[in-house]
Amino acid sequence: MYQFKHHKSTSVDHASELHSNSDEGLYLAGGMTLIPSMKLRLTAPTDLIDLSSIEGLAGISNSYAGLRIGAMTRHCEVSASSEIPALASLASLIGDNQVRNRGTIGGSLANNDPAADYPAAVLGLGATIHTNKRDIDGDSFFLGLFETALDEGEIITAVTFPIPKRAAYAKFPNPASRYAIVGAMVSDSGSGIRVGITGAGACAFRARAFESALNKDFSVDAISAIEIDHSDFNVDIHASAEFRGHLIGAMVRQAVVQLTE
Amino acid sequence: MAVKLNVNSVEHTLEVPSNTLLSEILRDHLNLTGTHIGCDTSQCGACVVHMDGKSIKSCTVLAAQADGADVTTIEGIANGGELHPMQEAFRNNHALQCGFCTPGMIMSAIDLVQSNDKLSAQEIREGLDGNFCRCTGYHNIVKAVLEAQEQM
Repeated sequence: MYQFKHHKSTSVDHASELHSNSDEGLYLAGGMTLIPSMKLRLTAPTDLIDLSSIEGLAGISNSYAGLRIGAMTRHCEVSASSEIPALASLASLIGDNQVRNRGTIGGSLANNDPAADYPAAVLGLGATIHTNKRDIDGDSFFLGLFETALDEGEIITAVTFPIPKRAAYAKFPNPASRYAIVGAMVSDSGSGIRVGITGAGACAFRARAFESALNKDFSVDAISAIEIDHSDFNVDIHASAEFRGHLIGAMVRQAVVQLTE
Repeated sequence: MAVKLNVNSVEHTLEVPSNTLLSEILRDHLNLTGTHIGCDTSQCGACVVHMDGKSIKSCTVLAAQADGADVTTIEGIANGGELHPMQEAFRNNHALQCGFCTPGMIMSAIDLVQSNDKLSAQEIREGLDGNFCRCTGYHNIVKAVLEAQEQM
């Protein structure tokens, strides 16, 4: 790891100011991705602006719009929450206990790893991402591989998840890293079905064909014949694009079975 | 940069380069070599210590992030000559062979037992997901944690 300047920020504004005064600064949340990347010299920030000392960025509360989760809330806190069981279950499947004790929801979303779990929840539950500048509709947040709608220096402050009538998350994990090879969040808000998929493509996306089929008939039969175009899907030593396409159907089915049994 | 740490109830203030990891400050600056570095990529769990009461992988935490924290390592859990119940249970159940993973395994297991009500064997296996042992096949480790949770 190369050397850098470590800054403790006292407020979101202070962090933003430190960032704009830095040469190639990066925000540090839990560090569960950033620190390994720095150790591998895949990234070499001149300045690390630590967000952990900012008061009020962590914590879970109920708001009129749903469940509001502060950006610095650790995965272990989300997994222990009870308001949206599917979200708690998703958080409990991230990494291992030690990763969940450090990793944060804001860090995960800002990083937008193609195999991260939270992006499936943002899309599958219809969440809104709050930043120090604006509110971003979850549907327009994930733009591509590690690319988000965040501007340079913009800081996620919280995420609000509307409380669904029912929801379930099914995941086929990589057994070593526990990242999702494919994960599917299926939710029923009472007024519509959402299906958020992670792991398959360059970033998480909504599976619209599954949504419209499940809107007409919420059953396993309704989705059994859906063809998935896997031409743009990820390929690595763990799974081919075709297998990832197959897993989408399998994971959505698992989630639907959980919700209909 | 200056880093202030309370390690095993002893206060330290150390001057270290910014890119120092918590695992490095413990091993190289404080000579607490019971914390092992196995993979150094936050997979294997040999480096697990407690930071403010929670188990974490010290190879993936900067010393700067631990500034002001209370850290407990494997050296800090016995009470003088009396082993911690988890250490005692590992010994009773032959839950180690080469011993390399043991410090991290014990630190993870203590947090697991403290953070949960009575765990089943399956829950212990899932809870120790972040710690690798290449000798024992895990059976005796699970037996040890089952025994230790009765004593803790």
